[in-house]
Amino acid sequence: MSVSQKSPESTKPRETLLPTPSHTVGPFYGYALPFPEGEQVAPKGHPDTITLHGYVLDGEGNPIPDALLEFWQAAPDGSLAGAPGSLRRDPVTGGFLGRNGTDFTGFGRVATDADGHYALYTLPPGNAGLPYVSVCVFARGLLTHLYTRAYLTDGADPLLDSLPAERRATLVAAEGERRTYRFDIRLQGEGETVFLEFE
Amino acid sequence: MALTQSDIDVEVGDLQDAYDKTVAEGAPVQNHPPRDYAPYRSSVLRHPKQPLVAVSGGDPETVELSGPVFGVTDITDIDSDLTIQHRGEPLGERITVSGRLLDRDGRPVRGQLIELWQANASGRYAHLRDQHPAPLDPNFTGVGRVLTDDQGGYRFTTIKPGAYPWRNHTNAWRPAHIHFSVFGTAFTQRLVTQMYFPNDPLFRYDPILRSVTDEAARSRLVAEYNHDLSQPEFSLGYEWDIVLDGPSATRIEEGRD
Ligand SMILES: [Fe+3]
Repeated sequence: MSVSQKSPESTKPRETLLPTPSHTVGPFYGYALPFPEGEQVAPKGHPDTITLHGYVLDGEGNPIPDALLEFWQAAPDGSLAGAPGSLRRDPVTGGFLGRNGTDFTGFGRVATDADGHYALYTLPPGNAGLPYVSVCVFARGLLTHLYTRAYLTDGADPLLDSLPAERRATLVAAEGERRTYRFDIRLQGEGETVFLEFE
Repeated sequence: MALTQSDIDVEVGDLQDAYDKTVAEGAPVQNHPPRDYAPYRSSVLRHPKQPLVAVSGGDPETVELSGPVFGVTDITDIDSDLTIQHRGEPLGERITVSGRLLDRDGRPVRGQLIELWQANASGRYAHLRDQHPAPLDPNFTGVGRVLTDDQGGYRFTTIKPGAYPWRNHTNAWRPAHIHFSVFGTAFTQRLVTQMYFPNDPLFRYDPILRSVTDEAARSRLVAEYNHDLSQPEFSLGYEWDIVLDGPSATRIEEGRD
Protein backbone atom coordinates (compact mmCIF):
# COMPACT_ATOMS: atom_id res chain seq x y z
CA MET A 1 0.00 0.00 0.00
CA SER A 2 1.05 3.58 -0.23
CA VAL A 3 1.26 5.64 2.91
CA SER A 4 -1.49 8.21 2.80
CA GLN A 5 0.06 10.75 5.15
CA LYS A 6 2.59 12.21 2.72
CA SER A 7 3.12 15.50 4.45
CA PRO A 8 6.06 17.75 3.69
CA GLU A 9 9.00 17.11 5.95
CA SER A 10 8.77 20.46 7.66
CA THR A 11 5.19 19.99 8.81
CA LYS A 12 4.91 19.86 12.57
CA PRO A 13 3.87 18.06 14.59
CA ARG A 14 5.08 15.00 12.77
CA GLU A 15 2.62 12.29 12.00
CA THR A 16 3.36 8.89 13.36
CA LEU A 17 3.19 6.27 10.65
CA LEU A 18 2.58 2.64 11.38
CA PRO A 19 5.48 0.36 10.51
CA THR A 20 5.70 -2.19 7.73
CA PRO A 21 5.45 -5.61 9.39
CA SER A 22 8.42 -7.95 9.41
CA HIS A 23 8.36 -11.30 7.61
CA THR A 24 10.65 -14.31 7.59
CA VAL A 25 13.73 -14.28 5.36
CA GLY A 26 12.55 -17.73 4.17
CA PRO A 27 14.73 -20.55 2.90
CA PHE A 28 15.76 -19.16 -0.48
CA TYR A 29 17.72 -15.99 0.29
CA GLY A 30 21.01 -17.79 -0.27
CA TYR A 31 21.53 -16.64 -3.84
CA ALA A 32 20.51 -13.07 -3.00
CA LEU A 33 21.75 -11.78 0.33
CA PRO A 34 25.14 -13.34 1.10
CA PHE A 35 28.01 -11.71 -0.77
CA PRO A 36 31.68 -12.58 -1.20
CA GLU A 37 33.78 -11.47 1.78
CA GLY A 38 30.66 -10.76 3.81
CA GLU A 39 32.50 -12.37 6.73
CA GLN A 40 35.75 -10.49 6.09
CA VAL A 41 35.13 -7.23 7.96
CA ALA A 42 38.79 -6.82 8.94
CA PRO A 43 41.09 -5.75 6.13
CA LYS A 44 42.71 -8.97 4.93
CA GLY A 45 45.90 -9.83 6.76
CA HIS A 46 45.38 -7.18 9.44
CA PRO A 47 47.41 -8.30 12.48
CA ASP A 48 44.66 -7.36 14.95
CA THR A 49 42.05 -9.56 13.26
CA ILE A 50 39.87 -11.60 15.58
CA THR A 51 37.61 -14.51 14.69
CA LEU A 52 34.12 -14.51 16.15
CA HIS A 53 32.50 -17.85 15.48
CA GLY A 54 30.02 -20.39 16.72
CA TYR A 55 26.89 -22.37 16.00
CA VAL A 56 23.27 -21.35 15.64
CA LEU A 57 21.04 -23.95 17.34
CA ASP A 58 17.31 -24.61 17.53
CA GLY A 59 15.13 -25.63 20.49
CA GLU A 60 16.27 -29.24 20.26
CA GLY A 61 19.92 -28.28 20.10
CA ASN A 62 20.15 -29.05 16.40
CA PRO A 63 22.29 -26.78 14.25
CA ILE A 64 20.43 -24.42 11.92
CA PRO A 65 22.01 -24.62 8.47
CA ASP A 66 19.95 -21.82 6.94
CA ALA A 67 20.38 -18.94 9.36
CA LEU A 68 21.70 -15.58 8.19
CA LEU A 69 23.63 -13.44 10.63
CA GLU A 70 24.40 -9.76 10.33
CA PHE A 71 26.97 -7.97 12.43
CA TRP A 72 27.39 -4.29 13.19
CA GLN A 73 30.05 -2.80 15.43
CA ALA A 74 32.16 0.23 16.20
CA ALA A 75 35.52 0.60 14.50
CA PRO A 76 38.59 0.00 16.70
CA ASP A 77 38.81 3.77 17.32
CA GLY A 78 35.22 3.80 18.57
CA SER A 79 33.69 5.39 15.49
CA LEU A 80 30.11 4.40 14.71
CA ALA A 81 30.13 6.18 11.36
CA GLY A 82 30.73 3.00 9.36
CA ALA A 83 31.87 3.19 5.75
CA PRO A 84 30.37 2.13 2.43
CA GLY A 85 31.88 -0.67 0.42
CA SER A 86 30.79 -3.83 2.22
CA LEU A 87 29.27 -5.13 -1.04
CA ARG A 88 31.67 -3.37 -3.39
CA ARG A 89 30.74 -4.06 -7.00
CA ASP A 90 32.44 -4.04 -10.35
CA PRO A 91 30.62 -1.58 -12.62
CA VAL A 92 31.97 -3.38 -15.70
CA THR A 93 30.99 -6.99 -14.98
CA GLY A 94 28.27 -6.29 -12.41
CA GLY A 95 29.93 -8.83 -10.12
CA PHE A 96 31.30 -8.47 -6.62
CA LEU A 97 34.79 -7.08 -6.15
CA GLY A 98 35.10 -7.72 -2.44
CA ARG A 99 35.98 -5.00 0.05
CA ASN A 100 38.62 -2.46 -0.90
CA GLY A 101 41.13 -3.83 1.59
CA THR A 102 41.52 -0.73 3.74
CA ASP A 103 38.18 0.74 4.82
CA PHE A 104 36.52 -0.70 7.89
CA THR A 105 32.78 -0.79 7.18
CA GLY A 106 31.73 -2.28 10.53
CA PHE A 107 29.20 -4.49 8.75
CA GLY A 108 29.31 -8.22 8.16
CA ARG A 109 26.83 -10.74 6.76
CA VAL A 110 27.36 -14.48 7.11
CA ALA A 111 25.11 -17.44 6.32
CA THR A 112 25.57 -20.49 8.52
CA ASP A 113 27.07 -23.52 6.80
CA ALA A 114 25.64 -27.05 6.64
CA ASP A 115 26.82 -27.59 10.25
CA GLY A 116 25.05 -24.44 11.45
CA HIS A 117 28.44 -22.79 11.95
CA TYR A 118 29.47 -19.23 11.16
CA ALA A 119 32.73 -17.31 11.38
CA LEU A 120 33.30 -13.56 11.24
CA TYR A 121 36.75 -12.05 10.78
CA THR A 122 36.84 -8.57 12.20
CA LEU A 123 38.76 -6.04 14.27
CA PRO A 124 38.08 -5.53 17.97
CA PRO A 125 35.25 -3.02 18.44
CA GLY A 126 36.18 0.18 20.27
CA ASN A 127 32.75 1.30 21.44
CA ALA A 128 32.37 3.21 24.69
CA GLY A 129 32.02 0.84 27.61
CA LEU A 130 32.44 -2.89 27.31
CA PRO A 131 33.22 -3.85 23.70
CA TYR A 132 30.64 -5.89 21.83
CA VAL A 133 29.55 -6.85 18.34
CA SER A 134 25.84 -6.41 17.67
CA VAL A 135 24.26 -9.45 16.01
CA CYS A 136 21.02 -9.71 14.06
CA VAL A 137 19.66 -13.21 13.40
CA PHE A 138 17.46 -14.17 10.45
CA ALA A 139 16.24 -17.65 9.58
CA ARG A 140 13.51 -19.61 7.93
CA GLY A 141 10.95 -20.07 10.69
CA LEU A 142 11.83 -16.81 12.36
CA LEU A 143 9.05 -14.38 11.49
CA THR A 144 10.83 -11.37 12.94
CA HIS A 145 14.61 -11.16 13.24
CA LEU A 146 16.33 -11.27 16.63
CA TYR A 147 19.02 -9.01 18.08
CA THR A 148 21.71 -10.08 20.47
CA ARG A 149 25.22 -8.96 21.43
CA ALA A 150 28.50 -10.81 21.46
CA TYR A 151 30.57 -9.25 24.24
CA LEU A 152 34.24 -10.08 23.81
CA THR A 153 34.92 -10.02 27.52
CA ASP A 154 32.93 -9.97 30.73
CA GLY A 155 32.86 -6.82 32.80
CA ALA A 156 30.73 -3.98 34.07
CA ASP A 157 27.93 -3.22 31.63
CA PRO A 158 24.37 -1.98 32.19
CA LEU A 159 22.81 -4.76 30.12
CA LEU A 160 24.97 -7.60 31.46
CA ASP A 161 24.57 -6.36 35.02
CA SER A 162 20.78 -6.49 34.68
CA LEU A 163 20.80 -10.22 33.92
CA PRO A 164 20.98 -13.28 36.18
CA ALA A 165 24.34 -15.05 35.94
CA GLU A 166 23.31 -17.92 33.67
CA ARG A 167 21.60 -15.61 31.22
CA ARG A 168 24.47 -13.14 31.33
CA ALA A 169 26.84 -15.90 30.24
CA THR A 170 24.95 -16.34 26.96
CA LEU A 171 26.11 -12.88 25.81
CA VAL A 172 29.80 -13.28 26.59
CA ALA A 173 31.94 -14.97 23.94
CA ALA A 174 34.50 -17.50 25.16
CA GLU A 175 38.03 -16.49 24.24
CA GLY A 176 40.05 -19.28 22.66
CA GLU A 177 43.50 -19.57 21.15
CA ARG A 178 44.78 -17.41 18.31
CA ARG A 179 42.38 -14.53 18.90
CA THR A 180 39.24 -16.62 18.45
CA TYR A 181 36.00 -15.99 20.29
CA ARG A 182 33.31 -18.63 20.45
CA PHE A 183 29.75 -17.33 20.49
CA ASP A 184 26.91 -19.81 20.04
CA ILE A 185 23.36 -18.63 19.49
CA ARG A 186 20.59 -20.81 20.94
CA LEU A 187 17.23 -19.70 19.65
CA GLN A 188 15.25 -21.67 22.22
CA GLY A 189 15.45 -23.93 25.25
CA GLU A 190 18.30 -24.69 27.63
CA GLY A 191 20.90 -21.95 27.59
CA GLU A 192 18.67 -19.82 25.37
CA THR A 193 20.56 -16.74 24.24
CA VAL A 194 19.39 -13.40 25.58
CA PHE A 195 17.68 -11.52 22.76
CA LEU A 196 17.11 -7.79 22.86
CA GLU A 197 14.52 -5.21 22.00
CA PHE A 198 15.28 -1.52 21.70
CA GLU A 199 13.00 1.22 22.95
CA MET B 1 -0.33 -37.76 9.17
CA ALA B 2 0.30 -34.72 7.07
CA LEU B 3 -1.58 -31.61 8.02
CA THR B 4 -4.26 -30.46 5.63
CA GLN B 5 -5.13 -26.94 4.62
CA SER B 6 -8.26 -27.14 6.78
CA ASP B 7 -6.15 -28.11 9.83
CA ILE B 8 -4.06 -25.01 9.24
CA ASP B 9 -7.12 -22.86 8.59
CA VAL B 10 -8.53 -23.84 12.00
CA GLU B 11 -5.27 -22.92 13.77
CA VAL B 12 -4.96 -19.66 11.87
CA GLY B 13 -8.60 -18.79 12.61
CA ASP B 14 -8.22 -19.52 16.32
CA LEU B 15 -5.14 -17.32 16.60
CA GLN B 16 -6.87 -14.58 14.62
CA ASP B 17 -9.89 -14.71 16.95
CA ALA B 18 -7.65 -14.68 20.01
CA TYR B 19 -5.77 -11.63 18.74
CA ASP B 20 -8.93 -9.74 17.78
CA LYS B 21 -10.34 -10.42 21.22
CA THR B 22 -7.28 -9.03 23.04
CA VAL B 23 -7.38 -5.87 20.94
CA ALA B 24 -11.12 -5.48 21.55
CA GLU B 25 -10.32 -5.69 25.26
CA GLY B 26 -7.78 -2.90 24.96
CA ALA B 27 -4.48 -4.67 24.32
CA PRO B 28 -2.05 -2.83 22.03
CA VAL B 29 -2.06 -3.49 18.29
CA GLN B 30 0.72 -5.84 17.15
CA ASN B 31 2.39 -4.44 14.06
CA HIS B 32 4.74 -7.39 13.64
CA PRO B 33 4.09 -11.13 13.62
CA PRO B 34 4.79 -13.09 16.79
CA ARG B 35 7.93 -15.21 16.54
CA ASP B 36 5.94 -18.11 17.91
CA TYR B 37 3.26 -18.88 15.33
CA ALA B 38 2.56 -22.59 15.19
CA PRO B 39 0.65 -22.65 11.86
CA TYR B 40 4.01 -21.74 10.32
CA ARG B 41 5.60 -25.01 11.36
CA SER B 42 9.22 -23.91 11.08
CA SER B 43 8.68 -21.34 13.84
CA VAL B 44 8.02 -23.96 16.51
CA LEU B 45 11.65 -24.72 17.41
CA ARG B 46 13.08 -21.42 16.26
CA HIS B 47 11.60 -18.82 18.58
CA PRO B 48 12.88 -17.81 22.01
CA LYS B 49 10.68 -18.71 24.96
CA GLN B 50 12.23 -16.14 27.27
CA PRO B 51 10.95 -12.58 26.91
CA LEU B 52 13.17 -10.17 25.02
CA VAL B 53 15.33 -7.97 27.24
CA ALA B 54 14.67 -4.27 26.73
CA VAL B 55 17.60 -1.95 26.05
CA SER B 56 16.34 1.53 26.75
CA GLY B 57 17.13 4.20 24.22
CA GLY B 58 18.51 7.59 25.01
CA ASP B 59 22.15 6.59 25.23
CA PRO B 60 23.73 7.74 21.96
CA GLU B 61 26.66 5.40 22.60
CA THR B 62 24.38 2.42 22.07
CA VAL B 63 25.93 0.77 19.02
CA GLU B 64 22.58 -0.38 17.60
CA LEU B 65 21.29 3.20 17.33
CA SER B 66 23.69 3.67 14.44
CA GLY B 67 24.03 1.29 11.56
CA PRO B 68 25.93 0.20 8.49
CA VAL B 69 26.16 2.61 5.56
CA PHE B 70 26.16 1.86 1.86
CA GLY B 71 27.17 3.91 -1.12
CA VAL B 72 27.53 4.03 -4.87
CA THR B 73 30.31 1.43 -4.72
CA ASP B 74 27.80 -1.10 -3.36
CA ILE B 75 25.46 -1.14 -6.35
CA THR B 76 25.65 -1.02 -10.12
CA ASP B 77 23.29 0.65 -12.56
CA ILE B 78 21.63 -2.56 -13.69
CA ASP B 79 20.86 -3.76 -10.18
CA SER B 80 17.47 -2.06 -10.07
CA ASP B 81 16.31 -3.57 -13.37
CA LEU B 82 15.94 -7.34 -13.02
CA THR B 83 14.87 -7.65 -16.66
CA ILE B 84 18.22 -6.59 -18.15
CA GLN B 85 20.63 -8.74 -16.17
CA HIS B 86 20.86 -11.41 -18.87
CA ARG B 87 21.18 -11.52 -22.64
CA GLY B 88 17.49 -12.14 -23.23
CA GLU B 89 14.26 -10.88 -21.77
CA PRO B 90 12.78 -12.84 -18.88
CA LEU B 91 9.36 -14.43 -19.32
CA GLY B 92 6.43 -13.00 -17.43
CA GLU B 93 4.45 -9.86 -16.84
CA ARG B 94 6.82 -6.89 -16.58
CA ILE B 95 6.19 -4.68 -13.54
CA THR B 96 7.52 -1.48 -12.01
CA VAL B 97 7.66 -1.51 -8.20
CA SER B 98 8.19 1.88 -6.65
CA GLY B 99 7.62 3.65 -3.37
CA ARG B 100 9.21 5.55 -0.54
CA LEU B 101 11.24 4.48 2.47
CA LEU B 102 10.13 6.40 5.55
CA ASP B 103 10.68 6.33 9.27
CA ARG B 104 7.80 6.37 11.71
CA ASP B 105 7.89 10.16 11.83
CA GLY B 106 7.20 10.19 8.11
CA ARG B 107 10.69 11.41 7.21
CA PRO B 108 12.32 10.00 4.10
CA VAL B 109 15.15 7.58 4.76
CA ARG B 110 17.78 8.59 2.21
CA GLY B 111 20.69 6.75 0.67
CA GLN B 112 19.88 3.41 2.26
CA LEU B 113 20.17 -0.01 0.72
CA ILE B 114 17.09 -1.90 -0.41
CA GLU B 115 17.67 -5.44 -1.66
CA LEU B 116 15.01 -7.68 -3.16
CA TRP B 117 14.78 -11.24 -4.35
CA GLN B 118 11.96 -13.23 -5.83
CA ALA B 119 10.80 -16.28 -7.75
CA ASN B 120 10.45 -16.14 -11.52
CA ALA B 121 7.13 -15.93 -13.35
CA SER B 122 6.64 -19.69 -12.91
CA GLY B 123 7.15 -19.55 -9.15
CA ARG B 124 10.68 -20.97 -9.13
CA TYR B 125 13.67 -19.47 -7.35
CA ALA B 126 17.08 -19.52 -8.97
CA HIS B 127 18.22 -21.34 -5.85
CA LEU B 128 19.50 -24.89 -6.12
CA ARG B 129 17.53 -26.11 -3.15
CA ASP B 130 14.27 -24.93 -4.69
CA GLN B 131 13.14 -28.14 -6.35
CA HIS B 132 9.65 -26.98 -7.27
CA PRO B 133 9.25 -28.57 -10.73
CA ALA B 134 8.44 -25.33 -12.51
CA PRO B 135 10.79 -24.10 -15.23
CA LEU B 136 13.83 -22.02 -14.47
CA ASP B 137 14.22 -18.95 -16.67
CA PRO B 138 17.76 -18.56 -18.04
CA ASN B 139 17.09 -14.83 -18.39
CA PHE B 140 15.97 -14.22 -14.83
CA THR B 141 17.91 -14.46 -11.58
CA GLY B 142 15.54 -12.45 -9.43
CA VAL B 143 17.95 -10.36 -7.33
CA GLY B 144 17.98 -6.55 -7.21
CA ARG B 145 19.48 -3.70 -5.21
CA VAL B 146 19.01 0.04 -5.06
CA LEU B 147 19.89 2.99 -2.84
CA THR B 148 17.00 5.25 -1.86
CA ASP B 149 17.09 8.74 -3.37
CA ASP B 150 16.86 12.13 -1.65
CA GLN B 151 13.13 11.71 -1.13
CA GLY B 152 13.54 8.19 0.17
CA GLY B 153 12.26 6.91 -3.17
CA TYR B 154 13.12 3.61 -4.81
CA ARG B 155 12.15 1.96 -8.08
CA PHE B 156 12.63 -1.52 -9.50
CA THR B 157 11.78 -2.99 -12.87
CA THR B 158 11.13 -6.72 -12.66
CA ILE B 159 8.55 -9.35 -13.59
CA LYS B 160 5.62 -10.48 -11.51
CA PRO B 161 6.65 -13.58 -9.54
CA GLY B 162 4.48 -16.68 -9.62
CA ALA B 163 2.88 -18.38 -6.64
CA TYR B 164 4.70 -21.50 -5.50
CA PRO B 165 4.03 -24.59 -3.37
CA TRP B 166 5.85 -25.30 -0.12
CA ARG B 167 5.77 -28.10 2.41
CA ASN B 168 4.29 -26.51 5.50
CA HIS B 169 1.21 -28.69 5.01
CA THR B 170 -0.48 -30.57 2.18
CA ASN B 171 -1.32 -28.25 -0.72
CA ALA B 172 0.40 -25.25 0.85
CA TRP B 173 0.93 -22.42 -1.65
CA ARG B 174 2.56 -19.06 -1.09
CA PRO B 175 0.81 -16.07 -2.67
CA ALA B 176 3.01 -14.22 -5.15
CA HIS B 177 5.47 -12.07 -3.21
CA ILE B 178 8.76 -10.22 -3.46
CA HIS B 179 11.23 -10.47 -0.58
CA PHE B 180 12.65 -7.15 0.60
CA SER B 181 15.65 -6.41 2.80
CA VAL B 182 15.89 -2.82 4.00
CA PHE B 183 18.37 -0.81 6.04
CA GLY B 184 17.60 2.38 7.94
CA THR B 185 19.90 4.80 9.69
CA ALA B 186 20.04 2.52 12.75
CA PHE B 187 20.64 -1.20 13.09
CA THR B 188 17.46 -1.26 15.21
CA GLN B 189 15.48 -0.25 12.10
CA ARG B 190 16.58 -3.29 10.10
CA LEU B 191 13.70 -4.86 8.21
CA VAL B 192 13.31 -8.03 6.18
CA THR B 193 9.83 -8.53 4.82
CA GLN B 194 7.72 -9.52 1.81
CA MET B 195 5.57 -7.48 -0.54
CA TYR B 196 2.36 -8.98 -1.91
CA PHE B 197 0.12 -8.13 -4.87
CA PRO B 198 -3.47 -6.92 -4.44
CA ASN B 199 -6.41 -9.32 -4.33
CA ASP B 200 -4.43 -12.55 -4.38
CA PRO B 201 -6.87 -15.43 -3.71
CA LEU B 202 -4.13 -17.26 -1.75
CA PHE B 203 -3.93 -14.65 1.04
CA ARG B 204 -6.40 -16.42 3.30
CA TYR B 205 -4.62 -19.76 3.03
CA ASP B 206 -1.09 -18.56 3.77
CA PRO B 207 0.08 -18.96 7.38
CA ILE B 208 3.06 -16.68 6.74
CA LEU B 209 0.93 -13.72 5.74
CA ARG B 210 -1.65 -14.60 8.40
CA SER B 211 1.08 -14.58 11.06
CA VAL B 212 0.63 -10.81 10.95
CA THR B 213 -2.56 -11.11 12.96
CA ASP B 214 -3.47 -7.44 12.78
CA GLU B 215 -5.54 -6.93 9.65
CA ALA B 216 -4.45 -3.33 9.10
CA ALA B 217 -0.80 -4.33 9.50
CA ARG B 218 -1.31 -7.16 7.04
CA SER B 219 -2.72 -4.74 4.49
CA ARG B 220 0.51 -2.72 4.71
CA LEU B 221 2.32 -5.66 3.11
CA VAL B 222 0.18 -5.44 -0.01
CA ALA B 223 1.26 -3.12 -2.82
CA GLU B 224 -1.28 -0.92 -4.55
CA TYR B 225 -1.78 -1.02 -8.30
CA ASN B 226 -0.98 2.50 -9.55
CA HIS B 227 -1.92 3.19 -13.15
CA ASP B 228 0.22 6.35 -13.20
CA LEU B 229 3.25 4.16 -12.49
CA SER B 230 2.47 1.83 -15.37
CA GLN B 231 4.76 2.41 -18.34
CA PRO B 232 2.96 2.57 -21.71
CA GLU B 233 3.66 -0.51 -23.83
CA PHE B 234 6.05 -1.77 -21.13
CA SER B 235 5.03 -2.53 -17.54
CA LEU B 236 2.32 -2.42 -14.87
CA GLY B 237 2.99 -0.21 -11.86
CA TYR B 238 2.78 -1.17 -8.21
CA GLU B 239 3.34 1.29 -5.40
CA TRP B 240 4.59 0.16 -2.03
CA ASP B 241 5.85 2.45 0.72
CA ILE B 242 7.97 0.98 3.50
CA VAL B 243 7.94 2.38 7.02
CA LEU B 244 10.81 1.39 9.30
CA ASP B 245 10.25 0.68 12.99
CA GLY B 246 12.66 1.05 15.87
CA PRO B 247 14.60 3.87 17.48
CA SER B 248 17.55 5.59 15.83
CA ALA B 249 20.20 8.03 16.97
CA THR B 250 18.77 10.81 14.80
CA ARG B 251 15.35 10.38 16.35
CA ILE B 252 16.73 10.62 19.84
CA GLU B 253 18.90 13.63 19.07
CA GLU B 254 15.98 15.56 17.69
CA GLY B 255 13.66 14.37 20.42
CA ARG B 256 10.37 12.64 20.00
CA ASP B 257 7.17 14.59 19.80
FE1 LIG C 1 9.52 -16.63 -1.12
